[in-house]
Amino acid sequence: MATFNNTILEDFHDVWVFCEQRQGKLMPTDFELISEGRKLADELGVKLYGILLGDNVEGIAKELGGYGADGVIVCESPLLKEYTTDAYTDVICQVVEQRKPEAFLIGATNIGRDLGPRCAARLHTGLCADCTHLDVDMGIYKNFLKESSTLPEARIEATNTALVLGKPHDVSRDLKMTRPAFGGHLMASIICPRFRPTMATVRPGVMKKAEFNQAKADACEIIKPEFELKAETLKTKVLSVEKAAKKLVDLIGADVIVSIGRGASSDVEKAMAMAQELADALGGGVVGSSRALVDAGFMTADRQVGQTGKTVHPKIYVALGISGAIQHVAGMQDSECIIAVNKNESAPIFDVADYGICGDLFKVTPMLIEAVNAEKAKK
Amino acid sequence: MKAIVCVKQVPDTSGKVAVNENGTLDRASMATIINPDDLNAVEAALVLKEQTGCEVDVVTMGPPPAEGMLRELLARGCDKGYLISAREFGGSDTYATSQIIAAGLNKIGLEADDIVFCGRQAIDGDTAQVGPQIAEKLHLPQVTYAADIQKNGNTLTVKRMLEDGYMMIEVQTPCLITCISELNQPRYMSVNEIFGCYDKPVEVLDYNALKDDPLIDATTIGLSGSPTNILTSFTPPQKGVGMMLEGADAATAEKLAGMLAAKHII
Repeated sequence: MATFNNTILEDFHDVWVFCEQRQGKLMPTDFELISEGRKLADELGVKLYGILLGDNVEGIAKELGGYGADGVIVCESPLLKEYTTDAYTDVICQVVEQRKPEAFLIGATNIGRDLGPRCAARLHTGLCADCTHLDVDMGIYKNFLKESSTLPEARIEATNTALVLGKPHDVSRDLKMTRPAFGGHLMASIICPRFRPTMATVRPGVMKKAEFNQAKADACEIIKPEFELKAETLKTKVLSVEKAAKKLVDLIGADVIVSIGRGASSDVEKAMAMAQELADALGGGVVGSSRALVDAGFMTADRQVGQTGKTVHPKIYVALGISGAIQHVAGMQDSECIIAVNKNESAPIFDVADYGICGDLFKVTPMLIEAVNAEKAKK
Repeated sequence: MKAIVCVKQVPDTSGKVAVNENGTLDRASMATIINPDDLNAVEAALVLKEQTGCEVDVVTMGPPPAEGMLRELLARGCDKGYLISAREFGGSDTYATSQIIAAGLNKIGLEADDIVFCGRQAIDGDTAQVGPQIAEKLHLPQVTYAADIQKNGNTLTVKRMLEDGYMMIEVQTPCLITCISELNQPRYMSVNEIFGCYDKPVEVLDYNALKDDPLIDATTIGLSGSPTNILTSFTPPQKGVGMMLEGADAATAEKLAGMLAAKHII
């Protein structure tokens, strides 16, 4: 530790992405974060590295190059086969201290949100949780604020500097990490001006995956750093890893999502069948849910859309009997086309919907299915 | 043996949320509640108390009115409350907050068979960071997203949820566990306990009480000790109002399907 001083900012360079693997397979979030990390590394004029921990995982590393990684730092040990907080934190902090990255992104999965805070606390640096937008370049950041906020021009221009320990600080090289707070009612852009690496966990499903490029994958450099890891220092032991018995619903990958909410509570089973039929008519998709039905035990958590569930941006999102609490809207407002059916004409869901029908979902949905099928038959 | 539960008082974001003109939250106009996941952490500790007879302490950091929340938790069956409160602690980010709460836990005294429980995350910030960061500062092993906890002597077997399944994890006390709603069903206050809750002790841990802990100094607490700064905060703009269709009958459905087809959405 004696040689690691993370307040000498110019000693730190490159963007890193923690590449999570489960059972030897990369997670979809890894590709999203590598793609996003590429943009940030270009804005900073530095290289982008993935860091991959596991047992015998070198073979899956080069694929990350195809999405933009210049190299992958691979740390292998039988003790790293399954994720444990102790072992992963220990190895990552050692390699960070050796190689000194400037920014470090971690997917905000259940594992990333266990690992990120532990590493940030050990490295004495700042971590911003569950980010939905990242920028370095001030021009791009200001354009983002112009599009995504109600801030007046003068306030947007004033973001060039921040008051840090009472002194103005130029934020042009800082990573601007934007995230929702208070259930999505407020957005905040966070910086970590005095310490490196700047750390962020990034919400899965939000960053767009780049096109895969085989030549770049072939050219991806593999780096195997030295590290020390002793079994006797590990205080947690993984007894088993169980996959969910039922195949989980892939909300994030779906082009069509038909979600049901509290308005369906009188007959959830019937509403679910209708929703699935509508999703199929609209081109094939899955059934999502608002938090209300998940909390009430009617729907499983893998179907939940919203702040504490999944963030989705399908081509078509249909909200049946969902009032549109901001926590739900935060997870679906970026869908390309939003259709809402609700009995209450003042339901906030109609504020974000492209098309709204005020009516009972049990009556309207069958008519919609029929009309969509009829329209498709004309083609 | 003790179970120590870290809890937070939060604005109720599921109800009316008011935002000031300058983009900050109008906390004064909002109701406060005990953070929902923290109630699952409290329940886990109370279950342990029933099984082992251990003491249950609740700890919070916040302004003086947070004592009311501690009293409510004493009325649910907790034994002792600690309120960490000082102006010096204000403005702390998750790093600085965990530093202060860890010092508070040092003051309370953590023994070899103790367990620290936290909720997974608080609904105001949704960071899920303070629990793991407290564990790091106290060099405790952690298990997050706990959906089941079995205790056998000083060994805990915890079901830790993942998005696509779960892990079974074995850990020794002392340790820190973060709890999710699947873990249990929090109990209500009981009439007897409500009568008794004002006889139970609530101790205030202020700056003077914690300042000698090596975790506490100006570079690690409060605004100046926080590695992160807020550059700006803002409210997202309302999306342009969409089209409300007339009626809710077959003709309405046909009109909508026609428009979707015309725009090549279907």
